Amino acid sequence: MRRALSYGYLVFVYLFLYVPIVVLVVYSFNDTKFSTNWQGFTLSWYGKLLTDGPLMEAFANSLIVAVTSSTIATVLGTLAAFAIYRYRFIGRKISFSFIYVSMMSPDIVMGISLLMFFILVGLSIGATTLLLAHITFCLPFVVVTVYARVSGFDSHIIDSAKDLGATELGMFRHVVMPMLMPAIIAGWLLSFTLSLDDVVVSFFTTGPSFEVLPLKIYSMVRLGIKPEINALSAVMFLVSLVTVTMAHLMIAKENK
Amino acid sequence: MERDLIVRLRGATKRFDDVVAVDSLDLDIYQGEFLTLLGPSGCGKTTVLRLIAGFESLDGGEILMNGASLDGTPPNKRNVNTVFQSYALFPHMTVFDNIAFGLKMKGFDKGVIRDEVMEALSVVKLAGLELRRPHQLSGGQQQRVAMARAIVNKPQVLLLDEPLSALDYRLRQEMEIELKHLHRKLGITFVFVTHDQEEAISMSDRIAVMNEGRLEQIGTPTEIYEEPENMFVAKFVGEINVFEGRILDVHNGSAVVDIHGRQFKVQKRKSCGIGQSVKVLLRPEDIMVYKEEEADPAYPFLPGTIEDVIYKGKTVDLIINLDAGETVHVTQFFNEDQEDVVYRHGHKIIIDWPYGWEVVL
Amino acid sequence: MRFRNVAVVLTLVWITLFVAVPYLLVVLFSFLTPNPAGTVTYTFTLESYRQIFSPVFLTVCKSSFTLALGTSALTLLVAYPFAFFLARIPENIRRTLILLMIIPFWTSSLIRTYALIILLKANGIINSFLLSAGWIDEPLGILYTQTAVFIGLVYTLLPFMILPLYASIQKLDMRLIEASRDLGARGWHIFFHIVLPLTMPGIIAGSTMVFLPALGLFYIPDLLGGARSMLMGNFIKDQFLTTGNWPLGSAASVLLTILMFLMLGWYFAVSRRANQGDMKELA
Repeated sequence: MRRALSYGYLVFVYLFLYVPIVVLVVYSFNDTKFSTNWQGFTLSWYGKLLTDGPLMEAFANSLIVAVTSSTIATVLGTLAAFAIYRYRFIGRKISFSFIYVSMMSPDIVMGISLLMFFILVGLSIGATTLLLAHITFCLPFVVVTVYARVSGFDSHIIDSAKDLGATELGMFRHVVMPMLMPAIIAGWLLSFTLSLDDVVVSFFTTGPSFEVLPLKIYSMVRLGIKPEINALSAVMFLVSLVTVTMAHLMIAKENK
Repeated sequence: MERDLIVRLRGATKRFDDVVAVDSLDLDIYQGEFLTLLGPSGCGKTTVLRLIAGFESLDGGEILMNGASLDGTPPNKRNVNTVFQSYALFPHMTVFDNIAFGLKMKGFDKGVIRDEVMEALSVVKLAGLELRRPHQLSGGQQQRVAMARAIVNKPQVLLLDEPLSALDYRLRQEMEIELKHLHRKLGITFVFVTHDQEEAISMSDRIAVMNEGRLEQIGTPTEIYEEPENMFVAKFVGEINVFEGRILDVHNGSAVVDIHGRQFKVQKRKSCGIGQSVKVLLRPEDIMVYKEEEADPAYPFLPGTIEDVIYKGKTVDLIINLDAGETVHVTQFFNEDQEDVVYRHGHKIIIDWPYGWEVVL
Repeated sequence: MRFRNVAVVLTLVWITLFVAVPYLLVVLFSFLTPNPAGTVTYTFTLESYRQIFSPVFLTVCKSSFTLALGTSALTLLVAYPFAFFLARIPENIRRTLILLMIIPFWTSSLIRTYALIILLKANGIINSFLLSAGWIDEPLGILYTQTAVFIGLVYTLLPFMILPLYASIQKLDMRLIEASRDLGARGWHIFFHIVLPLTMPGIIAGSTMVFLPALGLFYIPDLLGGARSMLMGNFIKDQFLTTGNWPLGSAASVLLTILMFLMLGWYFAVSRRANQGDMKELA
């Protein structure tokens, strides 16, 4: 009896979480422009997406930013995590605190702080500032993921590599990085998803010269429901699904 | 016999925050010897090892190797290799790649590496396992890979940080013998760290007993065991019985000591004066036990009662309450022929010991 | 040496330039005077903070806080049993269930909010269903109300409460519960005196991850609440993109950040106690 209750509750919550999304995906195939009644199956909305120039451009922009910022954030984040783990340097503890704080901070604070910074420094708000902003908010997630993994290392492994004659770089290249690979890949995947889906920070750090998909969706949604948005959302959801599943499998693999 | 000095510590000091882990230590290590650093947890023995390896830097004093100071030389440039307690094998590499790592870092050619690695594998008796991964090996096998990985680089000094502590009893006994063989075969200097005094005594050429960052005594296992220079060494290595006594008379090389009202002739090493309080130390196996009736008033003895008899297979331990009040531990070989000398709780007995077997501090 | 230097310098430079400096700017600017022509006038003033504590802003604060608190409370009530039951599920099914729970967590909140709009609007799914079933005569005007914003926040932020709670509950040592049962304690007693205190860190972490975004996510009130909805996130956004009052927006952001530090501090205090109190709780 108790078992049924707990399973039932779990199912209920899962339904609550998923039904809206499932409805969305289903309706992306609905052959109607305005009604919410089912009028038949169609792929036309997906087709319309492909022909929508500005939309596709925004999508492409988002992908480019996501891939670039994830990669740079992963490189920087891995180096930062390792440096904080291994090296004693001035500002080590403060750096880690700042990383942690920026991860916990509401996105809006990061968004406005970067906006002010970019304007003061004289950068024009567009692709460059967007990229810098995305790297900045992805960085803590990579650092935390990689740091959690590296601090679980047997500390003697690094000592051993040095003992056997490796330089710092050699030790990092041949011993540490291979052992960190699952965490590094997971960090990249998480950054990719975060970047692709980001609304708040992008809102403040990019301009009309460089449109990104979430902001485009945002402005489209404000104008009302459109079936193309359904199709687009379904696609975005699928991308998230795949990325997150892969990241999850990566992290699960390294826990073995 | 002239021995070459290979590593010398002079006034070596290392602090961690407020704790002094190594306190102005002087230590000479000779080429080719098997030296064990023995002591309780926290005595600084592992820190000394790490200082020699280069993982820690000195706060005071110096470490010299072959006459040259090691100060400032990072671990990857020292001609020293370490075998860690946890083995620290690289989990993502095969056994072959693990062992080859040091040679690869030094830039040796592939053919040379292959030969050296295969030879190291056969020395540690792991030939055929080169393509396995560490997690596919047993604890004992991992330990050998760790050894092979270190010795393949032909270091001048091999440092071993409690490498046997993770193994079970039987495996440990086997490895102790194998390590001694390896040492003899390779001819390089071994510096071994352990808290297990049996390990130390069975494997070492010399033992350095450490406590609280300082050297308590250094010598051969026999010297350490039979002639401890202070109470710490006496108590840490093996079991010891301590009798309080007072010097009554002094001669050349010997003295007469009053213990519990009886007079005993003892051998003395240091000079002592009449009336001085001393401790007379005896190992459990050095004490002789006789039945009360066998007491001969011409020779000194201490009377007592058997409190407990503990049969240990090879030996029998006797716990004796002396009439004077002290508790004494005695160990005897269990003699199946002398059935009549089986003691039991409550038996009245006397103890004494052969002259010279005691240590006077 | 060189690798070490590169890694350290890169780390320090990026964090200083793009994290530390911008945050410090926010604090700094909150004390300056707004400049309608551009950015700020470099004159020290406490005017922004005075405005923060003015009735106009306090109303915004009040409704934001009420909404955020309500969201935290509801998500907590829903998430706690969920996390608890999930932690008891056998290992093999659990892994898949966890993945299913993580997916909404990482899926764009915008898309999930949009999905809600489809459901909630006047001729949306829910209303169509209720109308055709005959349960209501007129469509429910849920969309563009505070209720819709509330639903939207709860829906979006539920996974943010589940994850930390689950992490905390999973760490719970079942032996403590067994031991207390062995000593004669009953269900409710065990829950309030052992389970709850030990999972407090998870509760606070989850609340932090719901409460703060509930204040700052401006697009949810914007899309679900219409023009009427003004919460802290919208307020800050307006200061920067509409009004051009940087100091005021910064001051509000500083307030938000102080809140975050308070909650983090609370979290650390409680988690230290929970770790030490393991055995003491049984007494």
